[in-house]
Amino acid sequence: MGVEGIGARVARKEDKRFITGKGRYTDDMVVPGMKHAVFVRSPHAHAKIKSIDTSSASAMPGVIGILDGKQLTEDGIGSLICGWAVHSKDGSPMNMGVWRPLAEDTVRYVGDAILIVVADTGDQARAAAEAVVIDYEELPAVTTALAALKDGAPQIHPEADHNLIFDWEIGNGADVDAAIANAAHVTNLDVDNNRLVPNAMEPRATLGVYDDSEEHYTCWTTSQNPHVARLVMSAFYNVAPENKLRVIAPDVGGGFGSKIYIYPEEIVCLWASKRTGVPVKWTADRTEAFLTDAHGRDHVSNIKIAFDADNRITALKVDTIANLGAYMSLFSSSVPTYLYATLLSGQYNIANVHANVRTVYTNTTPVDAYRGAGRPEASYLVERAMETAARELGVSPAELRRKNFITQFPHQTPVIMNYDGGDFGASLDAATKAADYDGFPARKAEAAGRGKLRGIGMSCYIEACGIAPSKAVGSLGAGVGLWESAEVRVNAVGTIEVLTGSHSHGQGHETTFAQLVAERLGVGMDTVSIVHGDTDKVQMGMGTYGSRSGAVGMSAVSVALDRVEAKAKKVAAHLLEADESDIVIENGELKVAGTDKSVPWFQMALACYTAHNLPDGMEPGLKESAFFDPTNFSFPAGCYICEVEVDPETGKTEIIQFVAADDFGNIINPMIVEGQVHGGVAQGIGQAMLESCIYDPDTGQLLTASYMDYAMPRADDLPSFDVSTTVTPSPSNPLGIKGCGEAGAIGSPPAVINAITDAIGSNKLEMPASPQAVWAALNAK
Amino acid sequence: MYETNYHRGSSVSEAASLLAGSDEAKLLAGGQTLIPTMKQRLAAPSDVVDIRHIAELKGISVSGSKVTIGAATSHAEVAQSADIANVCPALCGLAAHIGDPHVRHMGTIGGSIANNDPAADYPAAMVALDATIHTNKRTISASDFFVGLFETALDEGEIVTAVSFDAPSKAAYQKFPNPASRYAMAGVFVAQGNGGIRVGVTGAGSEGVFRSSEMEEALAANFSPAALDAIAVDPAGMLADIHGSAVYRANLVKVMARRAVAAAG
Repeated sequence: MGVEGIGARVARKEDKRFITGKGRYTDDMVVPGMKHAVFVRSPHAHAKIKSIDTSSASAMPGVIGILDGKQLTEDGIGSLICGWAVHSKDGSPMNMGVWRPLAEDTVRYVGDAILIVVADTGDQARAAAEAVVIDYEELPAVTTALAALKDGAPQIHPEADHNLIFDWEIGNGADVDAAIANAAHVTNLDVDNNRLVPNAMEPRATLGVYDDSEEHYTCWTTSQNPHVARLVMSAFYNVAPENKLRVIAPDVGGGFGSKIYIYPEEIVCLWASKRTGVPVKWTADRTEAFLTDAHGRDHVSNIKIAFDADNRITALKVDTIANLGAYMSLFSSSVPTYLYATLLSGQYNIANVHANVRTVYTNTTPVDAYRGAGRPEASYLVERAMETAARELGVSPAELRRKNFITQFPHQTPVIMNYDGGDFGASLDAATKAADYDGFPARKAEAAGRGKLRGIGMSCYIEACGIAPSKAVGSLGAGVGLWESAEVRVNAVGTIEVLTGSHSHGQGHETTFAQLVAERLGVGMDTVSIVHGDTDKVQMGMGTYGSRSGAVGMSAVSVALDRVEAKAKKVAAHLLEADESDIVIENGELKVAGTDKSVPWFQMALACYTAHNLPDGMEPGLKESAFFDPTNFSFPAGCYICEVEVDPETGKTEIIQFVAADDFGNIINPMIVEGQVHGGVAQGIGQAMLESCIYDPDTGQLLTASYMDYAMPRADDLPSFDVSTTVTPSPSNPLGIKGCGEAGAIGSPPAVINAITDAIGSNKLEMPASPQAVWAALNAK
Repeated sequence: MYETNYHRGSSVSEAASLLAGSDEAKLLAGGQTLIPTMKQRLAAPSDVVDIRHIAELKGISVSGSKVTIGAATSHAEVAQSADIANVCPALCGLAAHIGDPHVRHMGTIGGSIANNDPAADYPAAMVALDATIHTNKRTISASDFFVGLFETALDEGEIVTAVSFDAPSKAAYQKFPNPASRYAMAGVFVAQGNGGIRVGVTGAGSEGVFRSSEMEEALAANFSPAALDAIAVDPAGMLADIHGSAVYRANLVKVMARRAVAAAG
């Protein structure tokens, strides 16, 4: 490791522009003739559209056009797709309803887009949108999955009887039932996983530009994966062929999953630009973000864990109902299935695991991947149940886990995943030591003297990242491969551009990817630029989500660097009249090992481009690319410990300490990794204690549609975090990286709730553990 | 935001005439509620008359135990006033915990009490301090001023110019903030003054700020947290929403009252 290489705490290169207001976001983009769009959205959760009258709105000042779903259909624009086909256990395909970018006949959630209004200014568009008269026939609405499945519930899509999308299972059901029947002890727990609003700092935005002379479209958008957006908009929505559509995702202010998907607004703004003849920009306001960004979580589950007389787990069984909202979003089907139930073995050696998952339509915002995506739901279930089991069995929660840890690798679980490495005991040891776990009883007694209820809780999570081996996900129904691409261009003077299919929306790729290059080529980071987010510049790539940029994206860069290095050594060997196997790259030079002969990096690069003196038959230039497909998921894991004090009079919980001991494999920049853990844990604590997405059950109105009612975590809600890592490198990629972007949000909610339930001596507590909820649980005992 | 005409008033009388000259005019006294409401297009005043810069509405004066605070005085100015801190530090502490720094530097005491948000902090203090509300037409006692949710005794066109009160011998304010908005879910201001002990409660009552005579009587007999133990706050009069049931709020009122008494010493 040098001062800039792998493992160095390099300050983020991109932060200068971010913290000085020089970032360039989609809403900052201005093109000649640009106009502004506002969407007319449904105020009802479920209604028939009887008539739409735009006559007076169209006549208002500045209005250029008001377009509806019928026109969209006339122009052959396709319906939104779900990119992962999941089959029910009887073999039948998903009962998927139609999602039109602009609703024509029926609206199914508050916020469903109906019209786009384009005007000279945003205010004019907004005024005209308010002047549109729509006559609705209101229909009964349903907001929870449990209610939607019942006889007589409102039917949301004709394709899905009882609103059931699919009824899926995984694992060995008969063996599980037998093991439970023969168990010495069964822990049985009902667990809800609360619905969350993603709340990226930058709201979604898009700018669609149609150039009629070239029949070409440009789409600026807040996307985590611009190439996938182009692919989907071309192949499925008939916006334009790929060679006539450029998608640019410039600086993006946070995604957390909610900017993976291609939403109606991108499609409609591009189409509207052609229809109206002007560039069309739309930027969501915060209310639209609450109403229309894909939400996360929303599961209702039961878990049973069976133990033998020696407290070893013999079986684990789960029944889950997942609320997918009003429409199936792009990866909505995969989140409560292959990204969820495949992790239900946790860190434990369990011979028998079975999960049944039903997914359900409701009159709510569509639900899709949100930081962790299925894995937080799995981790929460398993770790709540393990802590509960330890209490029921009267044993130490730490030792019950340790006794059941997987210690031999590779380990094939009964639910697809093959864990290829890890040291769960090392994380447990690190966390319990950092938290002084054994000293807790004395602290509890001291707190009791102050009238406070002190509790401690643990969570040993595992997740699957480095998403994902293409062949494996293809066999499970994914519509795409999940490799990543990179191109490394060495310029004639030796400076370097790395073009990556990964997309940075806060992750710091401009720093970490450059660190990898600095390490490998011995050059300064300031000579390396990272290019991403533009389909006209960067070769096809798959984008950033599922903690994949390091494990998959940087691995593609690494393979391309192998190729650059090999050619550079050949050229250097030729110039130095040495054998290429003797050439080493160090400090900006290519040297003949053991001699003082060397050629500077820039001179070697220049030689590639002058091509005056290259080995016979060698092509000029120095530019290599790679498409990297991992051999397996990676498996970050760790142990989190949370210690709290509850004020019994008010139910207010204070987190006294939070310890995160993670194994992320090899680490490029520890500072960025710590930042990812801090952010993830903050979001996990937000889910556990603060964030709650509440719909009125009768009207389907979102009651928590602003920060006045939706409690986002703030600095004073959080403790200082104690963050550390242990390392077992991932064998599934050349860099040994496992990924760290989601772990904090996955591991922390069960630790928090385990701590609070320990403090209050009652296990009947759902997230978010708000002061009111904790107080009610205390007083219901 | 809908289009509106902005006027910056230079005197109270000018502001009053601007207000009278339009059917749909609103006073802007910091705007920490009005501006967000207008941005949400939930309010559409034809004119806004900004009174925050009017010199005669600004400033704090403490003379002996008599405290007068101009209506356009910001929360930050009250929080940082050494003069008020000398005689009634509880009010400084209350002001220091309203909203966030932005709100505290824009929001004013006059704007807060004229809006009479049921979860605002100042109304509890005004009631407990037996404050007098001065307007451009008259003076109104705090007990008469706060009428109901977002409702005051102010007439059409009447402008709050100042509040005044006699500093209490002891006082304290304790609030339990809403986890999302940080407004009070229960805020209790306890004051012992010349007229006796007064307990003002905000954030919790279904009719807005109220006095708890039961607590006042108990504390008059014995000014200690334990004096409130036997008192049962009736959930029937409490607000209920997704953040707190009436029963929970009733509990918070009692807990905050006990803590306020303890803090008042």
